[in-house]
Amino acid sequence: MNKLLQVTDLSKNYGSRIGCEGVAFDLYPGEVLGIVGESGSGKTTLLRCLSAQLEPSAGRIAYDMRTQGLTDIWSLSEPERRMLMRTDWGIVHQNARDGLRMEVSAGANVGERLMAVGARHYGNIRTEAEDWLTKVEIDTGRIDDLPATFSGGMQQRLQIARNLVTQPRLVFMDEPTSGLDVSVQARLLDLIRTLVNRLGIACVIVTHDLGVVRLLAHRLMVMRRGRVVEHGLTDQVLDDPQHPYTQLLVSSILPV
Amino acid sequence: MTYDDTVMIAAEGLAKSFTLHLQGATHIPVLGRMDFAVRAGECAILDGPSGAGKSTLMRCIYANYLPQEGRVLIRHDGDLTDITHAEPRAILDIRRRSLGYVSQFLRVIPRVGTLDLVMEPLLTLGVAEAEAKERAATLLSRLRIPERMWRLPPGTFSGGEQQRVNIARVMVVHYPALLLDEPTASLDADNRQTVVDLVTEACGRSAAIVGIFHDAAVREALGNRTITVTPYEKAAA
Amino acid sequence: MSTAQGYNFAYLDEQTKRMIRRAILKAVAIPGYQVPFGSREMPLPYGWGTGGIQVTAAILGPDDTLKVIDQGADDTTNAVNIRSFFQKTAGMATTDRTREASIIQTRHRIPETPLVEGQIMVYQVPIPEPLRWLEPREGETRKMHGLAEYGVMQVKLYEDIAHYGHISTAYDYPVRVNGRYVMSPSPIPKFDNPKMDNSPALQLFGAGREKRIYAIPPYTRVESLDFEDHPFQIESWDQACAICGSADSYLDEIVTDDKGGRMFVCSDTDYCGERVAAGHTGEEQAA
Repeated sequence: MNKLLQVTDLSKNYGSRIGCEGVAFDLYPGEVLGIVGESGSGKTTLLRCLSAQLEPSAGRIAYDMRTQGLTDIWSLSEPERRMLMRTDWGIVHQNARDGLRMEVSAGANVGERLMAVGARHYGNIRTEAEDWLTKVEIDTGRIDDLPATFSGGMQQRLQIARNLVTQPRLVFMDEPTSGLDVSVQARLLDLIRTLVNRLGIACVIVTHDLGVVRLLAHRLMVMRRGRVVEHGLTDQVLDDPQHPYTQLLVSSILPV
Repeated sequence: MTYDDTVMIAAEGLAKSFTLHLQGATHIPVLGRMDFAVRAGECAILDGPSGAGKSTLMRCIYANYLPQEGRVLIRHDGDLTDITHAEPRAILDIRRRSLGYVSQFLRVIPRVGTLDLVMEPLLTLGVAEAEAKERAATLLSRLRIPERMWRLPPGTFSGGEQQRVNIARVMVVHYPALLLDEPTASLDADNRQTVVDLVTEACGRSAAIVGIFHDAAVREALGNRTITVTPYEKAAA
Repeated sequence: MSTAQGYNFAYLDEQTKRMIRRAILKAVAIPGYQVPFGSREMPLPYGWGTGGIQVTAAILGPDDTLKVIDQGADDTTNAVNIRSFFQKTAGMATTDRTREASIIQTRHRIPETPLVEGQIMVYQVPIPEPLRWLEPREGETRKMHGLAEYGVMQVKLYEDIAHYGHISTAYDYPVRVNGRYVMSPSPIPKFDNPKMDNSPALQLFGAGREKRIYAIPPYTRVESLDFEDHPFQIESWDQACAICGSADSYLDEIVTDDKGGRMFVCSDTDYCGERVAAGHTGEEQAA
């Protein structure tokens, strides 16, 4: 199987401050990578670099383009990169307001990516939007409602639908479940897990919630002070952590 | 070391210790250097006193724990593959297709119904939905999970029920290698017998099995050999 | 020619006019592209047509004949004032007749009488950026234009259909110019959109407050955005003009009393008058 993403020696500095440093990994199609660490550990900086929202200071991010194989995403022209970001990639933001257009209906939010790649048949766009609302368990009767009238969990699910409608191969998620009630979290996690499995989407998920990664991630990277301190199979890292920091992280979970 | 084609699970110089960095880097040795091989159709029972590291060994075989020394080989796609040093995605592939593990506790996804949970491993292997459903239903029935509970997530089930769901979820796939960590611990006599039957059937299908069983009758019924777990001190001595 | 004392020809100084002409040339070279320009303070507030006035001032010559319309009429306050402004400062000829005009400055309409080669339409534009409704960041809209990322314009039309069953956008209906730039045609009714397509006249657009000029050169393709299953359609009326009987011009509804009386008449007063002069009549005249 070909690598989908190949990250080599990635660093991002903010002046003399380190955002993230020396990050390297490969991601294969369908693989879900979790990135955990406390606030300020550099996990969000890393995600923003990986998803081309932030240009790294050093290193290389190569993506398996459908037509030309592994390609450094910063060697692409801007239109190519933007096209990649809204077709073959998806980005699910922590705050749904950053990932949704709050002033247009749920249906338009889902349909936008289709229209962006040239869909010009209203009926088809609408059918597709309904289909995706169903997949993310939103009543199709709400298709013409504004996202602002949705609950937090629904907004997150709408954001997911909006991203998956172009059938991306790689989705980046930044704390997709934080800020939601526990019961809503569980539903969202189950949904993400099911969709990612069924569609074979590769995923990079940043979270501080170890429960989320145990459920979703195949592989785990533990970050501290901008560096990856431990990296491996999710259940192995969580059940038999080797690095002192990972041990601290794992032992800090409050028991239920 | 060379093995013939019937060897499904092999451990070579396997040693495991824990370093607790949060407690002044306390070093806790658990497993000594262990070597063994389990062949197709064998049911090997791990032997040793409580705390000897039987579950730890099991988890090392499943690559849930990372051994400090040695390695574990699992037959996968015809070849013995080093699961200890494999890439995460290779480990997951071995677990998906070649190595099943019944843990002591059910760890499941909230909100997913019991039947779906049991079907899931089959679906990921590409088994058609109808067939997966039938196989899962048959197994749940054999394990006496009432049909009215199939749609419910097992989170609220009793310990015994959860354990049976756990067993069903693994035994529904006919893995060529199986790890069983006290699968009968919280079961009544009837269900214990069902599990014994299921394991016997797996052996009959030439699965290689490594198990921890505390119940003497179950050990008697299933085991055709014993592996003595070597604690670290003994190995060092 | 008699011009107001102390003012340069057509009010603006020559340097400013040159600057504006350079912007116009660039706009003509890149049809539909919004060219920034140094919009000047004018002796009337933004929103009263300062962009159009500056464009007109920059292209106006003593031999030109100027027509100014507002909502299709030559005799509305805004039109009258702009016309007299140029009469005072440039002293060129003015007209109400579309055929006779060399430059037509407009707010809200394109004349019904077909334009011809050599004529120039000058549109007063309040908001030149068609993407603004969904994207408040200027840097981002420029990038979207640069990369021709126009999906969001379809989103707007999608919303119309979703809420009203049809594309309800009735004026300032977005167009794509020369197959490239999506452009705001200014608040003209979509009825007038087809007139922009392949027009023999040069069309210039000036936005004073937003400091943008853009253009459609003669004989340029101008398509209104739409969906395959909801094609672009112009307004139509059940009745004809009450005065001239025209069945194919844009009609204004006029309330005639407080008892619910109303009539529909041509919005283009020159066109209507011409038809009446030629002997056409509507219901009102006949009755």
